[in-house]
Amino acid sequence: MTFGASRQKKKYMKKNNKNSVRAPFYKAIVVGVSAGGFEALNTILPALPADLTLALLIVQHRPADADSYMTESLNKKCAITVKEADEKELIMPGVAYMAPANYHMLVELERTISLSTSPPVGYSRPSINVLFETAADAYGAELVGMVLTGANSDGAHGLKVIVEHGGLAVVEDPESAAEKNMPLAALKCVKRGHVLRLEQIAPFISKLALEAEQRENFNTGKT
Amino acid sequence: MVISVKKSRPTEGEDIEIGLLIEALYQRYGYDFRDYSRASVKRRIMRRLSLDGFANISQMQHRLLEDAEFVDTLLQDLSINTTEMFRDPDFYMALRKKAVPLLKTYPSIKIWLAGCSTGEEVYSTAILLSEEGLYKKSIIYATDFNDHVLKKAKAGILPIEVMRGFTSNYQQGGGEEEFSKYYISDKRSVIMRGALKKNIVFANHNLVTDGVFGEMNMIVCRNVLIYFNRRLQNRVLSLFTESLVRKGLLCLGSKETIDFSESAHDFRSISAKEKIYEKKQ
Ligand SMILES: C[S@@+](CC[C@H](N)C(=O)[O-])C[C@H]1O[C@@H](n2cnc3c(N)ncnc32)[C@H](O)[C@@H]1O
Repeated sequence: MTFGASRQKKKYMKKNNKNSVRAPFYKAIVVGVSAGGFEALNTILPALPADLTLALLIVQHRPADADSYMTESLNKKCAITVKEADEKELIMPGVAYMAPANYHMLVELERTISLSTSPPVGYSRPSINVLFETAADAYGAELVGMVLTGANSDGAHGLKVIVEHGGLAVVEDPESAAEKNMPLAALKCVKRGHVLRLEQIAPFISKLALEAEQRENFNTGKT
Repeated sequence: MVISVKKSRPTEGEDIEIGLLIEALYQRYGYDFRDYSRASVKRRIMRRLSLDGFANISQMQHRLLEDAEFVDTLLQDLSINTTEMFRDPDFYMALRKKAVPLLKTYPSIKIWLAGCSTGEEVYSTAILLSEEGLYKKSIIYATDFNDHVLKKAKAGILPIEVMRGFTSNYQQGGGEEEFSKYYISDKRSVIMRGALKKNIVFANHNLVTDGVFGEMNMIVCRNVLIYFNRRLQNRVLSLFTESLVRKGLLCLGSKETIDFSESAHDFRSISAKEKIYEKKQ
């Protein structure tokens, strides 16, 4: 389901008619997920193709002393690379970067990753809002923000910022989410975007990546 | 004439202003944040902006240039001081197992703890050294560029609520003593025992602008480099290389590495996971 998208679409089409303005296409997806996240990520990430043209940056709330087991087990199941983010690492397409436990993950303007031990934001470190807000700065309209299952309201403000910067909002359908509070909070904050059931998310990401690729080929004159 | 402004990112103007503010802080007061992680600096500045109700960054810059006290506020904002005793217990376990045997071979030991914040890490190191029978022959130089945290570090006073977590860190890090023997407590706070402070020298040192700290047997600098960009990381790592004796040890934070730096070839890893390195020459 798409909500409130018509205005964005119109603006977008108008832009496309003028040859000078290039349509936005997406370079990265930031994902915020909390309680119920292991299952959600286990549904989405293994379904993505190895040649995905987008990067994923993921904050999954977890205890401060959690090890990297979850990341490693996801990586084994996935065609894309799933890894814990290293600090000052250059963000690459086809890779899913997980925020390490007990660190905030931030995106620099040059699209590298910074980690920080600054105090928790809204009781969370890593915080979804910190990732979303810094990624919105770095990617502007080339960013997709996704809020998935969770029992708190982290990510809602960040998603709003992403939309204000011209990016796209995706929220997991509260009805399909293991915990609906986080999606509900996001929907309260954001007026335009897509609401998708868990099983629709991976196909949606693949489609976005494909469109981005086609548009890129078109722009560079490749076929 | 019509000047068309290419609008790429909505916050581009804001980011230019942040750059100017950082430049002003440097030119006027000598504090150099130009090569710090910009995303993190920006968050801290925007937080100050909304706390103090500035209309925009330029207004804040004006205040900064006029009011020397505001510099101090900003400095507190920009130096992220979060710390714990025995933070990352596995690191302290690795210190005991991998570093202590090497340190034992020296007649006297000089340790530089750079970016020591409010001292939790310093007292943890002192405790570990005394349990390993090394503290008596050690001197710990604990430095930070923030005088407020140094003062707190020197006092060695901590709120009582945090001690439970620190005790469990201590135990996970291989500590086998009764942790409470290292401090005196009253209802609300604890103070670290004087014996632990005996061989610690606290001093102000700025890693960006100050020089070499000579002939160290071990340098511990954890969770400081993550706030720097690669260029500054390289500079500080070469400062560390020069400050270490041959075969001296360098300990970084769990998420920091020398692997991608210009100093990578000067060291060999003795604990890859806990980021403990030994200088080759
Ligand atoms: C996050 S704390 C780390 C504290 C401790 N090392 C630990 O790991 O628990 C970072 C510290 O680095 C200090 N710092 C930041 N920039 C510095 C610089 N240029 N020179 C010296 N200290 C600096 C800050 O003041 C702060 O106390």
